[in-house]
Amino acid sequence: MSTSTGSSRRVLEKGPSGWLAAPALVFFLIFAIIPLFGVLFLSFTKWDGLGEIKLDGLSSWTTVLTDPVTGNALWVTAKIMFFSFIVQAPISLLLGVFTSASQKYRAALAVLYFVPLLLSSAAVAIAFKALLDPNFGLGPGLGLPFLAQDWLGNSDLVLFVVVFVIAWQFVPFHTLIYQGGVRQIPASLYEAAQIDGAGRVQQFFAITLPQLKYTIITSSTLMVVGSLAYFDLVFVLTGGGPGYSTRLLPLHMYLTGFKANDMGAASALGVILVVIGLALALLLQRLGGKNRNASQLEGA
Amino acid sequence: MASTTQVPAPPARRTALSNKQGHKHGHKHGQRSKGAKGPGRLRPNYLGGLGGWLWLAIIIVPIYYVVVTSLKDQAGFFTSNPMMPPTEPTLDNFKLVLDNDFTRYFSNSLIVTIGSVVPALLVSFMAAYAIVRGKGRFLTWTNNTFLLGLAIPLHATIIPIYWMITKAHLYDTLLALILPSIAFAIPISVLILSNFLRDVPNELFESMRLDGCSDWAMMWRLALPMTRPAVVTVGIYNALGVWNGFLFPLILTQSPSTRVLPLSLWTFQGEFSVNIPAVLASVVLATLPLLVIYVVARRQLLSGLTAGFSK
Repeated sequence: MSTSTGSSRRVLEKGPSGWLAAPALVFFLIFAIIPLFGVLFLSFTKWDGLGEIKLDGLSSWTTVLTDPVTGNALWVTAKIMFFSFIVQAPISLLLGVFTSASQKYRAALAVLYFVPLLLSSAAVAIAFKALLDPNFGLGPGLGLPFLAQDWLGNSDLVLFVVVFVIAWQFVPFHTLIYQGGVRQIPASLYEAAQIDGAGRVQQFFAITLPQLKYTIITSSTLMVVGSLAYFDLVFVLTGGGPGYSTRLLPLHMYLTGFKANDMGAASALGVILVVIGLALALLLQRLGGKNRNASQLEGA
Repeated sequence: MASTTQVPAPPARRTALSNKQGHKHGHKHGQRSKGAKGPGRLRPNYLGGLGGWLWLAIIIVPIYYVVVTSLKDQAGFFTSNPMMPPTEPTLDNFKLVLDNDFTRYFSNSLIVTIGSVVPALLVSFMAAYAIVRGKGRFLTWTNNTFLLGLAIPLHATIIPIYWMITKAHLYDTLLALILPSIAFAIPISVLILSNFLRDVPNELFESMRLDGCSDWAMMWRLALPMTRPAVVTVGIYNALGVWNGFLFPLILTQSPSTRVLPLSLWTFQGEFSVNIPAVLASVVLATLPLLVIYVVARRQLLSGLTAGFSK
């Protein structure tokens, strides 16, 4: 590494010193990489969060892996991942196409579509908690009895309520990504298709969809990997309940560690979370082809 | 539903422009211009339009409900139709929220956000500059480490972070929120900034070097001005994440003196659980600052939101 002063810099052409990267690297190592090993280490210990940390072999892992709640948390996570993907992906794709067109009313609608992006998950959860109240919420407000259900107290319904609220919060973000993607598609493609007499639906399937390939990959990756991070919304909305019906893996980790004071078991759950996240990211990367840069450029 | 494609008859670029104007008369205007501007061969897309208005209803109804309810007194809340505006709107709920230390939570949020985003931008920019302009195995390794950070669900590491923060006697301080927030902002910031730095023409650096500039000086006098829009975008992206963040405050702080806004919403909800209008007033108040920014600088805010995926 050359220093940034000195007379030989023109000849050497080595560029700036690597030290410039050091502050960022140090921060990242301390607060991200070391904790990553830390969570693995803590999964072999017993710790209540306050007292001493004691090595405890595999007992946390045995606890976690034999506990039916873990399996349930994985199943709930998988269900929410699946349903929120099949709900969000088509809606945000269509809305992205819809808002990217030139009509002014669409641009005006888009301004309102993006408002949920400003709200924190806590705010969204609290708003929906009030709105879904069977006595003082949407149901009696619109005079529609079927809307006046105990949405958050019914363990058969609550999962879909959670999926809906997640979609409400995150569809705008993906719409924005798709809108950017659609605006990158050259208008000439559509003009040519029109000369050939292609209708709207044909154009959508023959031009829009294939052209959005990388946007679809980017957005889908974020949706799937992101569903491992739906912690705060679900925490405030349902607290994981009723029973265990919305206890997602990250929520299960938090409650095990900070409510049940079993940091060892919570760490084991953290390791599982990291492994799943990495595996999903790698899998989606593989599925989407190697050209990661292209997918990033797509978004505009 | 699949038929929402509109042929962008005059160049698609127009959308960017029309985005700016026509909020108020957007509706009427759009309907008319649809037929006129289009190539004529396609009928107006009624199905797409219907879907668009439907989604608007889904988005607006909860927001409307929150605003309307926050203006009701408690008696009004229990007796009136939940969807009707209050007969006698009141600001008492907002007063109650403001009297309950809202301003302190607000300033805590502000301190944590600025305290995280500014250092994160600074160190990320320096790192990105070194990675793009410099050479050597150390920098390649550093870059790969950051890229790895993008693939890992970092919040899975909250337990060791909690341990470290307590060991460092930082538990229940604002610094406890700032430090990990800086670290978590670095990977994506370095990635985006280095993508933009790569676009700065090499000739510019060469000519500055011939003028005798050091690498340090080039970073501030050439690289930074050339990538300023990207820096702003990345800054907004990180600021939104920190401002709305919930998990770190939940596990790393405890007392009201270190409470930040998202957490305060949650505790308000616990304290005033029966006073729904007050709880919703706190939601409105917490969102208001971002709404103001959205109205003033919508484009920067939106591009900041998708910063990680644009470019």
